[in-house]
Amino acid sequence: MNVADLIALLLQHSPALIVAVPLLGAFITPLISRLNDKVRNVFVILTLGLTASLVFLLASDVFTGNIHTYIFGSQDLALPVVRILFEVDAMSAFMAIISVILSLVAVIYSWSFMKENTGLDKYYTLILLMTAGMLGMELTGDLFNFFVFLEITSISSAALVAFWTNKAKSVEAGFKYIVISTIGALFILFSIALFYGQYNALNMAMIASAIQYTFLDKIALVLLIAALAMKAGVVPMHMWLPDAYGKAPSSVTLILVGATQASLYGVFRVCFTIYGGAINLTPISVGWILVILGIITMLLGVAMAIIQTDFKRLIAFGAVAEIGYILLGIGTGLVVMLNPEMTATGLAAMKGGIFHIMNDALDVGLLFLVAGAIYYATKETSLNKLGGLARNMKYTTVFFIIGLLAISGMPPMNGFASKLLIYESTYQLNPILSIIAILSSIMLLAVFVKVFHAAFLGPALPKFENVKEVPKSMLIAMGTIATIIIIFGLFPELIINNIVEPAANALVNYGDYIREVIPSFAGGV
Amino acid sequence: MIFNIPFIAVAALILIGLYAVIFKRNLIKMVIGITLIESGVNLFLITLGYREGSIAPIYTSSPGGIMALPVPQALTLTSIVIGVAVLALMLSLVIHIYRHYGTLDVRKIGGPEE
Repeated sequence: MNVADLIALLLQHSPALIVAVPLLGAFITPLISRLNDKVRNVFVILTLGLTASLVFLLASDVFTGNIHTYIFGSQDLALPVVRILFEVDAMSAFMAIISVILSLVAVIYSWSFMKENTGLDKYYTLILLMTAGMLGMELTGDLFNFFVFLEITSISSAALVAFWTNKAKSVEAGFKYIVISTIGALFILFSIALFYGQYNALNMAMIASAIQYTFLDKIALVLLIAALAMKAGVVPMHMWLPDAYGKAPSSVTLILVGATQASLYGVFRVCFTIYGGAINLTPISVGWILVILGIITMLLGVAMAIIQTDFKRLIAFGAVAEIGYILLGIGTGLVVMLNPEMTATGLAAMKGGIFHIMNDALDVGLLFLVAGAIYYATKETSLNKLGGLARNMKYTTVFFIIGLLAISGMPPMNGFASKLLIYESTYQLNPILSIIAILSSIMLLAVFVKVFHAAFLGPALPKFENVKEVPKSMLIAMGTIATIIIIFGLFPELIINNIVEPAANALVNYGDYIREVIPSFAGGV
Repeated sequence: MIFNIPFIAVAALILIGLYAVIFKRNLIKMVIGITLIESGVNLFLITLGYREGSIAPIYTSSPGGIMALPVPQALTLTSIVIGVAVLALMLSLVIHIYRHYGTLDVRKIGGPEE
């Protein structure tokens, strides 16, 4: 067998392998941990590296326009419900890339950051399980399977949020997170039961092709959007997010950002694909609901960020605000989806929203890593007690400036590229929306400049005299993300044309996703 | 089925569970509320697959007649297993919270930053 055949074989089985590799790796980790700690760390990094290369292999094929399906169970598509289907389109691949990059960076960062903790075999096992769960949520084409992966993600992430069990606040945040996630997941299961009772199907494409938009479907839509938005931390269901983000170890927070966005992906999959056929009836109202939720999320996020004094909690509210931009962009796309005069606007808004998913993950992630680095060096998170750190930690300071400029949408960074698309397109829909969006960005800049001043500038404090720069693995992790941010900021067209546009098209042309499973389906744009 | 009793039971279980999660002050009672919601959803799934007078779906020894739908039962089994894992995690977190605060009353837990 030559190399080309091997790659074709890997490509064919990659949807299954992407989930299987981290899942199996998770359960081998405790065994390897008994040998040696360094061997275990290398093993976890290699496992995630292998997963990442499989994701890139699959994505490189999917972005050319193919949709991959992978069937577990009966190959005969005429038989109902005796199989689980993985279906990967450009949107799924886009989200999988984000998740896998975040996990890989988090594991590299953990090497030094978590070195002094005990129980690290369990820590790495949970990280791999969480990665497998997120990737499963993004690749699956089956609603019940989506629920199972959602639960895998929430159980392992709740355990990771509460990883520092010696801190009362961490345990409390973990408990809050698991209560919220479980209730959300049970409502999702309830709506899956509503679909199954009506259409005798669990497959997303099958449900989408048969959906009638009955009263029960409306209930299911409300339950699904509410539960997934709760898991994504959309205001007014955000109360768990600052606690969980703020109290988890920084490396875990980075992956939690990915888990939150996997739930957001669920919202978009439900709105665009499952209700795609029925959306002709009410695109306006569902779209406006997303837009209004986005605006409230943005404003409340920045308003709460201004008054925080805890470094990580402040960034967490910044992360809430960023989710608002994503909802605003994609909601605008949904509002104008059926208006033929505004197709270009809709597509621009979708591109902005989807590009911002990736930018949000990178910007917020980098800031959390910087906060973790400061905690590692000084054991302090309160902004009132920090100061003058730029003297001792010059690389960390540079990374914080990059993150600060990126999150507030300043021109040389990636945040500017996606936010500009969102401003331009929402201005066409309603100027007030883009004014609020720009105002929130300016307030974010003000908030983070204040943080920069409080933590890095000012006179040298005697208690921080011996603070040193953080170890190499943490610098490598932060440097990787900072490099990606700058590259995306300098060449946004490259990313938008090759990755973001296929993803936006995949959401808008929902008919292709359904036709991959039900060839006779006639709807869709 | 008589007066749709299973569906009424589903609604009752979910509402009682939600009431417990939202209004009860004791963490253990909140956990009980979540398991009640879960039971309600599981009962809903099972009820969807049941037909009056049906038998267990075992093809090899079937005496004939209509069978209950097996797929919801498989889903329920999966959901029960997940529920056990969630319950175990929640209770272990409750134990840790009790160790830190010496109480399970939500009004006394938390407070200002340490």
